Amino acid sequence: MKETSKSRRTFLLSGLLSSLTAFGAMMLYPVWRFIMPPKVPESTQNSVKAAKVNELEPNSGKVFPFGSKPAILIRLGNGEYRAFTAVCTHLQCTVQYRKDFKLIWCACHNGRFDMNGNVVSGPPPLPLEPFEVAISGSDIIVSKRA
Amino acid sequence: MDKLKKLSNWFEVRIDLSGVKKFSDKKVVPVHQQHFWYAIGGITLFLFITQIVTGILLLLYYRPAADSAYESVQFIMTSVRFGWLIRSIHSWGANLMIFFLFVHMFSTFFMKAYRKPREMTWISGAILLILALAFGFSGYLLPWNKLAFFATKVGTEMAAVVPGVGKHILIFLRGGEDVTGATLTRFFGFHVALLPMTTFFVLLIHLVLIQAQGMSVPPTLEKEYKKNPKTMKFFPDFILRDAVGWLAVLGLLGVLAALFPWELGEKADRFASAPMGIKPEWYFVFLFQTLKYIPGRIFSLNGEALAIFAIGLGVLFWVSVPFFDRRAQKNLPSKAFTLIGIVLIIYIIVLTTISYFFSS
Repeated sequence: MKETSKSRRTFLLSGLLSSLTAFGAMMLYPVWRFIMPPKVPESTQNSVKAAKVNELEPNSGKVFPFGSKPAILIRLGNGEYRAFTAVCTHLQCTVQYRKDFKLIWCACHNGRFDMNGNVVSGPPPLPLEPFEVAISGSDIIVSKRA
Repeated sequence: MDKLKKLSNWFEVRIDLSGVKKFSDKKVVPVHQQHFWYAIGGITLFLFITQIVTGILLLLYYRPAADSAYESVQFIMTSVRFGWLIRSIHSWGANLMIFFLFVHMFSTFFMKAYRKPREMTWISGAILLILALAFGFSGYLLPWNKLAFFATKVGTEMAAVVPGVGKHILIFLRGGEDVTGATLTRFFGFHVALLPMTTFFVLLIHLVLIQAQGMSVPPTLEKEYKKNPKTMKFFPDFILRDAVGWLAVLGLLGVLAALFPWELGEKADRFASAPMGIKPEWYFVFLFQTLKYIPGRIFSLNGEALAIFAIGLGVLFWVSVPFFDRRAQKNLPSKAFTLIGIVLIIYIIVLTTISYFFSS
């Protein structure tokens, strides 16, 4: 008789615990889903008008919006244009062109990249993604590489 | 005086406060060569109270949205009467509070106040420091200026290196993939609701533990203290001495706010480069400088992830110090842990100095 009542108690207790766990999960699931923001479709823009021809002096750069991210257009000393993502591969700061170094530089942790986007020094683990640059009439068009 | 007595009687008839009265009559604070360190915790608490008061006042005008946050702080600083004072006291107070928290933490560390039975007091204090840093980090973004924008970008990006759940933490913190207006709204929520509520409970535990266990006497002075125990009544003697410290800090806050009103900077622009000389708040600078020295790859592993993992382990070790310092638990001198504390202070000072004066 005693054994029966003990096993019944254990059974009821485990039932209660399972229901409480299920109830807790049921309460927490919508909260968890609520705090994680819904996915916003990313911009599928593949090319953008970055600047006007002659807007940039030789040996200078400009950060411009490429979809929802910043990108950088650089005019080298010889007049040639280069473009890259402006998001540093280290901790996502926005890079800039440094005339004095003739390099792309990240002010956050002193990461430096050359004119091919490769890491020269500092903590960035990967190069900057390069973009294509084309001139169409008076506009400079920057597009993602295929 | 009679009226005061009447009022006290009115309460006593309704609520039995004899226990509290007995406790406050009996409570004493040890007096020894280093007892002035006991005041630092009270100063920190006082600064926390000023943060609550000024924070509530700022809420009357602040607007937590990307297109209006900066403008609302500008309005507070330029148009609201004494707005510059309230905001500057809030900003200076936050920095002073964290400074005194560090002083309080290191003073209790060196006095080995974490020995049995005060392990939980140490742990709750360490959690309070982490909460204060979270307050600082979330509050820093609220004016929505350029420096804050990039500091938040870097700070939240660091969460992404946690294996497995990093990306989820990042999205949770930012309210999306990037730092946007959604991040500002979230940080506002953390700063004015989640963190204060959590801090309130942890602080309550910390204070109850201190009241229940009393102040710890450093092991170096314990023998002498036990032979000749000198004490001071907590109420009103210690409280009144504490109040002098609070008044001095309030004066310092007023002077700092009046002479050096907190700057607002330039409005955040998602498509602008990170400004030159960008730095987080001073209490994160030693970590920021450490990250500058870590190469991108260490033995084909992500250097950043390794560094953040090491920092995490360091924090965990620091919080669990009462359980590692076995010698202190047995009331024996524990020079190794004292040395760890000294090395940590030197490390913080040296890296912060390099970052401010000798770094590009």
